[in-house]
Amino acid sequence: MIWNDEFETLPREAIEALQFKRLKQTLERVYATVPFYRNSFKQAGVTPADIRSLDDLRKIPFTYKQDMRDNYPYGLFAVPLDQIVRIHASSGTTGKPTVVGYTKRDIDMWSELMARSFAAAGATSTDVIHNSYGYGLFTGGLGAHYGAERLGASVIPMSGGNTQKQMLIMKDFGSTVITCTPSYSLYLAEALAEEGIDLSELKLRVGILGAEPWSEAMRAEIEAKLNIKAIDIYGLSEILGPGVAIECIEAQNGLHIWEDHFIPEIIDPSTGEVLPYGEKGELVITTITKEGIPMIRYRTRDITRILPEPCICGRTHVRLERLSGRTDDMLIIRGVNVFPSQIESVLCEIDGVEPHYQLIVDRDGNLDTLEVQVEVNEQVFSDEIKVMQALNNEIRKQIKDLLGITCKIRLVEPKTITRSEGKAQRVIDRR
Amino acid sequence: MKVEQISIFIENKSGRLAEVTQALGESNVNIRALSLADTSDFGILRLIVDKTDLAKDALKERGFTVNKTVVVAVEVPDHPAGLASILTILDTGTVNVEYMYAFVERCGGNAVIIFRFDDPEAAIDILTRNNINVLEGERVYSM
Repeated sequence: MIWNDEFETLPREAIEALQFKRLKQTLERVYATVPFYRNSFKQAGVTPADIRSLDDLRKIPFTYKQDMRDNYPYGLFAVPLDQIVRIHASSGTTGKPTVVGYTKRDIDMWSELMARSFAAAGATSTDVIHNSYGYGLFTGGLGAHYGAERLGASVIPMSGGNTQKQMLIMKDFGSTVITCTPSYSLYLAEALAEEGIDLSELKLRVGILGAEPWSEAMRAEIEAKLNIKAIDIYGLSEILGPGVAIECIEAQNGLHIWEDHFIPEIIDPSTGEVLPYGEKGELVITTITKEGIPMIRYRTRDITRILPEPCICGRTHVRLERLSGRTDDMLIIRGVNVFPSQIESVLCEIDGVEPHYQLIVDRDGNLDTLEVQVEVNEQVFSDEIKVMQALNNEIRKQIKDLLGITCKIRLVEPKTITRSEGKAQRVIDRR
Repeated sequence: MKVEQISIFIENKSGRLAEVTQALGESNVNIRALSLADTSDFGILRLIVDKTDLAKDALKERGFTVNKTVVVAVEVPDHPAGLASILTILDTGTVNVEYMYAFVERCGGNAVIIFRFDDPEAAIDILTRNNINVLEGERVYSM
């Protein structure tokens, strides 16, 4: 079902005309109200008046995650705080979180886009939506919740964790749609099997899965194990939260990005050059309707390509190919956001351990695995195995306490972790 | 009465032991006794060598993590229950043995066992009071 027939099926020319009009308004507004943007435009020798076509957007400088950190917490807000009705932030227990604010109209727009997303995934007002995204600073829970209410569905605000209760409610309340991370959906499938709950006892038919990268192979497994249609949803808090783009249930091939609210571009991440449709590169998004914290040419660090071909579902908005990776510093391990800096802080707090470490992320079956390699120096080294094992256990426990995930600690010889002149390569992601 | 031992952290990967022994050989260090304790990921190599400081420096230079610890070399009668009698003495003296390993060379008619104690001073005291021969470091290095 198409939620907003008028806007979701606009002809190409109409989309572009609308995008240009909204882009101009956005640029003028941020130029006038956000010193960061005014300065960055000035440095690039460009003013909003210089933007005479959508193509001119490439004259505008990029915005990076670091810019959000540099302007922490409210520096990029384009409205006074009294117009902000909601604040979310990315997790970042040690590194500063990135903060986003929403006006009343932003929440309204977000609810609309999430409602469109639910509809695209095949959900309707008759569905019971089991929302297992975390409620809190994370945008997932509330973002999906408001969209589900806008859709008119019955939303169960489950939040994450407590799988026993999730299963009970899913069965007794007759949940038909689940929103969670792909890895949690598999975990749930296994838990249901262990509990001896047969799929015929459930009414589940659709999973709207996101917040971490996943593959087609994983989709096949989820669909088989839960007997549902698994739909990929994309979003990021800097841009909005969940509901920036979603697959339609008709094609399940590429995620429609709501082009009446966002302008997607694909660039070569090393040169910044804009690439034509169909080429793979880094996704850059400009928001053209957001009031609280408009983002201009935001470098998402997500790698994808734009698929402009018409879709069988009838939506005219371009699709993003399933996101194939993230050059981001944040890792999502079993649905938990992990910053290398958090691991670093754990290591630094243990006497004698130096922050020479590397994180190896892999996937064993369907479960993400994290191995933390730590160099052994003279201070922590002992000739006794039990002392070394105690060190190993201590690091593992501290990480578990902070992040809630179990990892494997591998003690390695000094200097075995490659040193780098610039930014250390902390992470090897083999997923 | 104490013997210096060096211990080396070694990752479980091929060629590492060879590198250690090569480094020692090039520095003209002779290994007197050794023991390797291992886990699935790493091992700890313990060595008694003839030139402890030289060996330590040579290995550090090659990037190894090296520590020096104090162990005790004990003469053990080379007959059944020889070791048992010594362990009984230690046990009654409530000294803990962290680990131990045998020396290759014999001292007279006796075997030599290297002990790592939690409290080497107390251990030496108990052993000598029970007329067990504890070897001097110099003697061990040149055996």
